[in-house]
Amino acid sequence: MSNHLKDIILKIWRQNGPQDSGHFETYKVDEISDEASFLEMLDYLNEQLITDGKEAIVFDHDCREGICGTCSLMINGQAHGPERSTATCQLHMRKFSSGAEIVIEPWRAAAFPIIKDLMVDRSAFDRIIESGGFITSITGGAPDANLIPIPKPVADSAMDSAECIGCGACVAACPNGAANLFTSAKIAHLNLLPQGQAERYKRAESMIEKMDEYFGSCTNHGECEAACPKEISIDVIALANADYRKAKLKNRKFISRI
Amino acid sequence: MSTQLNSKIPAGPLGDKWSSYKEDVKLVNPNNKRKFKVIVVGTGLAGASAAATLAELGYQVDAFTFHDSPRRAHSIAAQGGINAAKNYQGDGDSVHRLFHDTIKGGDFRAREANVHRLAEVSVNIIDQMVAQGVPFAREYGGLLDNRSFGGAQVSRTFYARGQTGQQLLLGAYQQLARQIGLGGVRLFNRTELVDVVTVEGRAAGIVVRDLTTGEVTSHAAHAVVLATGGYGNAFFLSTNAMSCNVTAAWRAHRKGAYFANPCYTQIHPTCIPQSDEFQSKLTLMSESLRNDGRVWVPKNPDEKRGAAEIPEEDRDYYLERLYPSYGNLAPRDISSRAAKRAVDKGLGVGPLKNGVYLDFADAIARLGKDVVKERYGNLFDMYERIAGENPYDMPMRMYPASHYTMGGLWVDYELMTSIPGLYAAGEANFSDHGANRLGASALMQGLADGYFVLPYTIGNYLAPMLNKAIPSVDHPEFKAAELAARERFTGYLNIGGTRSPDWFHREVGKIIWDYCGMERTEQGLEKALSELPALYDEFKKDLRVTGSGESLNQTLEKAGRVDDFFQLGMLMCRDALERQESCGGHFRSEYQTEEGEALRDDDKFCHVAAWEWSGDPMTAKRNVEELEFENVHLATRSYK
Repeated sequence: MSNHLKDIILKIWRQNGPQDSGHFETYKVDEISDEASFLEMLDYLNEQLITDGKEAIVFDHDCREGICGTCSLMINGQAHGPERSTATCQLHMRKFSSGAEIVIEPWRAAAFPIIKDLMVDRSAFDRIIESGGFITSITGGAPDANLIPIPKPVADSAMDSAECIGCGACVAACPNGAANLFTSAKIAHLNLLPQGQAERYKRAESMIEKMDEYFGSCTNHGECEAACPKEISIDVIALANADYRKAKLKNRKFISRI
Repeated sequence: MSTQLNSKIPAGPLGDKWSSYKEDVKLVNPNNKRKFKVIVVGTGLAGASAAATLAELGYQVDAFTFHDSPRRAHSIAAQGGINAAKNYQGDGDSVHRLFHDTIKGGDFRAREANVHRLAEVSVNIIDQMVAQGVPFAREYGGLLDNRSFGGAQVSRTFYARGQTGQQLLLGAYQQLARQIGLGGVRLFNRTELVDVVTVEGRAAGIVVRDLTTGEVTSHAAHAVVLATGGYGNAFFLSTNAMSCNVTAAWRAHRKGAYFANPCYTQIHPTCIPQSDEFQSKLTLMSESLRNDGRVWVPKNPDEKRGAAEIPEEDRDYYLERLYPSYGNLAPRDISSRAAKRAVDKGLGVGPLKNGVYLDFADAIARLGKDVVKERYGNLFDMYERIAGENPYDMPMRMYPASHYTMGGLWVDYELMTSIPGLYAAGEANFSDHGANRLGASALMQGLADGYFVLPYTIGNYLAPMLNKAIPSVDHPEFKAAELAARERFTGYLNIGGTRSPDWFHREVGKIIWDYCGMERTEQGLEKALSELPALYDEFKKDLRVTGSGESLNQTLEKAGRVDDFFQLGMLMCRDALERQESCGGHFRSEYQTEEGEALRDDDKFCHVAAWEWSGDPMTAKRNVEELEFENVHLATRSYK
């Protein structure tokens, strides 16, 4: 049976829009079941706020199954909170104890401006995918799916990278605010597969350069891997860097031929 | 009977209908396509694939999502897989067999021609998605792997671990992203549809609300596609994502689009049971688990022993006992009702006695823990995080929950609603799953509609409109819709009552679940139809929305969605009341066989009920589209 936690103190970032300077506000949750998820605790707090005539705390969330990547939150300074390989929406109150003081902040990164309270704008991720995170394949012209056998280890590695949910924890955890794990995961997914070879170097080049327009530089801290709810390995960054280097070399050769 | 319901099914033999349609369809010259603008609302599998393909063809596309990114759409949460009649396993699959399974699975309440087309294009979907780089599971030889799903006796389900929906959605999203990058699609994110606008009887555009600023604006186009998902959140507790809602479909319904079979809802048999009163949503565990998991309950309602201590002779593997040929892979509606009956008899397991066991002990003994982990590892991890129990050591506990809605906007063969120029795709339409959807068929239908159906059928509508201007957003119809939307949202803010939108959502959801859920009765539905309008009146008087309409306000967004759920809930109950038979997910206690299975009434109800807005859901008009079965024999569904 469920136990109940008592007297949870929450210090939550409130910011009434992108231009507001923002501040922490302290709230108390008197009692909550340890079966409740972390976001259900925030729902409960919001219900109380509405009952008191106050504005509810804005936070991003949707599927609550750890797959859509909408939820975020720095919880006590950790992206997605204390449980490894777990997105905020799958974090449960049984990870906390009565009397706990919990600091809740939005993702902190220059490339993710705050929209309101705990909600940030992660559109820069979409710009990176738009710059090359795809295989050009017009609808209707595809050959039979079994025409290209793909060795299982290759398909599995591609899948490991493709599991990225685009939540932005890697950026939030990075001291440089770099998006190399996110960008490289997509590069690795597509560049490992035979279908991705035609655009391999163009993809690496354009995605990394688009990334550099928004995000900081990677200096191999490895915080991203530790924060990733899908446990994506920083090995993908090595792969993307190698492809980027080759891309620049190939492009130089191409230029020299002209 | 209405004369307006023309399903436009092409003539000719079933297997030739789609190819002859494509041969006869009107085309738009490549240079003229750029003169047409199409609005696509929703960026899930159906919306993203439609928007990307229409832009590839050369149309101007405006895509709208209320999420921060198209990649967040709820298609992403589908776990198990996608069906296709590839017959890669050589186990006797074919287009006809997939068609037949889908019709039968839907309890003979879907249109034959639509379903056959779905089965035909299923094979193209797999080719297309593999070409895009979707990392489907493979055998060691490098060829694609398959698994089985409920309601089929072949292995035709393609999968990517337990995240097939994610991988397919990211595939479609990437095609959409490519078009956004190329300028073929303009994306409007964090923008929610609040009304559909018609001018001279045709779809002319939409009115949207920018969720970050509250600004209400109009967008006009030659055609509008709604790919806005289903309405399973009407029940409050469901496996849908928190923001899934019926608003787009409902607003279209209010503008004249017929709403078909709203009582056809799917209750998925394997979800993690509710644990406490704070619970905001339920989590589904993929049906694929039933490939290797065995469902059982103790025979004794007073059983006190833990699952592992209960010997075989004291267990009831009720699905294997009742449905020997399909066993644990009986279709969803049947499995759900069987679980409900076990729990209702007091045989439930877990602290609240509200679940049944899904046991992997035999699978682990037979295959080894590593193989089980390879197949279901991420699902087992997810279960452990939520339920706090390790499924490798003790069986999962499961209970049915609202998951998918087969009903939706009525569409013809071209996926056009009863409003010319307004299309509905994916879960938002009603067309392919009849009264019950088979597992792994939702992804198939979303992508079929978006990649392989709409791109042909929209051209047929647009071709005769060449050089016809897009209606102006200054047209009085747009202005009136904008004004009504602004007034609606200001109205919620001004009520100043005492209850939050979530409170009302929970209450309305409970009424719909209790009386229009897994089992329905005439008495219960009439009770719901008296309680719902009363609660709706209370909603209009006692709602409290804090904050303002000029900046991001999730409470205000929720108020609009709950408002529409109230109205839809009334229509669901009316539809369930009028349909005096049981079929698929619609189970009326009064109409069952001696063995407790759904009892259809083909003489009276072999039809689609398409509801027409009258100003009030309580007085909506019921139109009928007769279903004709020329290629399958109307039989009592048996999975024994």
